Amino acid sequence: MTTNLEQTIEEQFETLQILNVKGEIVNKSADPQLSDDELKELMKRMVYTRIWDQRAISLNRQGRLGFYAPVAGQEASMLASEFAMEKEDWLLPSYRDIPQMVWHGLPLVKTFLYSRGHFEGGKIPDDVYTLMPQIIIAAQCTQTAGVALGLKKRGKKNVAFTYFGDGATSQGDFYEGLNFAGAFNVPAVFISQNNRFAISVPVEKQSATKTLAQKAVAAGIKGIQVDGMDPLAVYAAAKNARERAINGEGPTLIETLTYRYGPHTMAGDDPTRYRTEDLDSEWELKDPLVRFRIYLENKGLWSKEIEDEVVETAKEDIKKALKEADQIPKQKVSDLINNMYENLPQNLQEQLEEYRKKESK
Amino acid sequence: MAQMTMIQAITDALRTELKRDENVLVFGEDVGKNGGVFRATEGLFDEFGEERVFDTPLAESGIGGLALGLTMENYRPVMEIQFFGFVFEAMDSVAAQMARLRYRSGGKYNAPVTIRSPFGGGVKTPELHADSLEGLFYQTPGVKVVIPSTPYDAKGLLIASIRDNDPVIFLEHMKLYRSFRGEVPEEAYTIELGKANVVREGKDLTIITYGAMVKTSLKAAELLAKENIDVEVIDLRTVNPIDVDTIVQSIEKTNHAVVVQEAQKQAGVASAVIAEINDRAILSLEAPVGRVTAPDTVFPFAAAENVWLPNEKDVVEKVKATLNY
Ligand SMILES: Cc1ncc(C[n+]2csc(CCOP(=O)(O)OP(=O)(O)O)c2C)c(N)n1
Ligand SMILES: [Mg+2]
Repeated sequence: MTTNLEQTIEEQFETLQILNVKGEIVNKSADPQLSDDELKELMKRMVYTRIWDQRAISLNRQGRLGFYAPVAGQEASMLASEFAMEKEDWLLPSYRDIPQMVWHGLPLVKTFLYSRGHFEGGKIPDDVYTLMPQIIIAAQCTQTAGVALGLKKRGKKNVAFTYFGDGATSQGDFYEGLNFAGAFNVPAVFISQNNRFAISVPVEKQSATKTLAQKAVAAGIKGIQVDGMDPLAVYAAAKNARERAINGEGPTLIETLTYRYGPHTMAGDDPTRYRTEDLDSEWELKDPLVRFRIYLENKGLWSKEIEDEVVETAKEDIKKALKEADQIPKQKVSDLINNMYENLPQNLQEQLEEYRKKESK
Repeated sequence: MAQMTMIQAITDALRTELKRDENVLVFGEDVGKNGGVFRATEGLFDEFGEERVFDTPLAESGIGGLALGLTMENYRPVMEIQFFGFVFEAMDSVAAQMARLRYRSGGKYNAPVTIRSPFGGGVKTPELHADSLEGLFYQTPGVKVVIPSTPYDAKGLLIASIRDNDPVIFLEHMKLYRSFRGEVPEEAYTIELGKANVVREGKDLTIITYGAMVKTSLKAAELLAKENIDVEVIDLRTVNPIDVDTIVQSIEKTNHAVVVQEAQKQAGVASAVIAEINDRAILSLEAPVGRVTAPDTVFPFAAAENVWLPNEKDVVEKVKATLNY
């Protein structure tokens, strides 16, 4: 039996869609009114990222890159939300959220070094406000509450954005992060990218709730579910969440309904073991690039020539970044030892000497 | 006898115990339909059904608590932590709850839980997948820690772990999963927990080691044999508790010892082994006990693994230094 309370909670979480799969505006009042340049820029980023994703997958297969979690399908969810961030807003990404880091200012070469397992990949430039990709599922959620509390205490007009998956909402850290953010009323935006699977486990098995957005209710913060394949809906939700955060109206949980077309990571995952081709094709029909391309073309803002140019730029950038990555010296154990403390304790000083000797042989 | 990889031997042990005892339940992240990210539970979901082999929501502390709770209804949980670096998420449920259940209840309750988990370097995983964290659980009275080094040992030790009435952490070195095959009997058999195995006999020096470093040490022993140095190699098999009798017996014969572990110097169980030797066999020693370990950094970024992990050259050098002390 469904209680009235449950009914009212679920009724509050209808999916926000602004641009439908045919590239038509279906919710005029919610249209975020991006300028023509902004619309083009967002499309450019999505096209660029899709090319980069394809290259990264093939470079991984050739052994030229290491760890990589594919992103195709999630471009709107990732990039239209990051598009609402200001330069000095903090980003707390997961292992899959490398594109947001780059569009937030991280040089591409860093992401390749990270992928190869080189500590230079984690050395974030001073003017880029991001943490390293988080491997531990949902650990970034509690940290986001901390970053946002710091921003609030400093009186800065900035916001902390964090990204994680659908599976991540099962972790205690997820609930703790939302709850802390709500309790301290801090400027934080939590983005759960619901791509329907946590490796092989479907989201239906993670939780009995019908939406992930409604998990905000227990923390007393705002929650919203959006069509994560719709760049305008994702942007509108993120923009609104940011404004509310800045105005002291509290944190928001955004659930984006999306899909990853590829495997979980490039380390041996086989999606055919746990999802059907029908499901894949159903989601491919909702593709964010396809509908945004139609929308922009109808406005006279996009053409094949522009798209080709973006593709070329992406390919060139990747080539350059790879070359740069190849030139970074290999890591030595002595480098790793030097990364451990401000002042090396006795044991590590001794080991530093030992390894320096070995390395100079 | 069948030739199996270690991962096949593990699946075989799980199947054996699922068949034998209907109270055995296998669960964790992706262990159901997907058969585990390493395919350790391949086929078990189809064979035994979702009632016995199932996926959980993504939360290690939840998995640990679920396991403890199920023991109250006399189930025998075999839970998986997908990679052992994620055990920090389950630290309370394992170290603060399961490990103390028997003690806190005056022996009324116990937690016959087996925690399976892959770990170990050399396969270029991302952060927190490969760390050798067995030392944390050596320092946790109330649990046992088992680390097999061959397919044969993996099956016998896993069956023994599942049948054990106390919590057992069963650590599977990823590098050993598929790197070689070995003979594995088809029938069920157990290898006693807490007993070491002398994998190579020798008279000059005793190497005490475990996990992937058993192979490394055996390779070193081959190299040393060419120089007429005759090394005995002990595979601990269980690192909590440590089989001190086998170690002491060997040292009384060889009068020299080197401990080899993949973990950092300040981690692992090398320092515990040395302390036991100090207590029990110091007068048999002709030189201080040598140690081969990784340096005291965080587990290295993937591209630096090969220079960070101890190798057979390190072992050879340390053996010689100990003999020439
Ligand atoms: C604490 C922890 N447990 C398990 C894992 C292994 N793991 C990596 S990704 C993943 C699934 C995550 O799914 P989701 O949160 O939906 O994010 P997605 O990968 O789909 O983006 C799992 C189980 C991990 N990295 N950290
Ligand atoms: Mg997911």
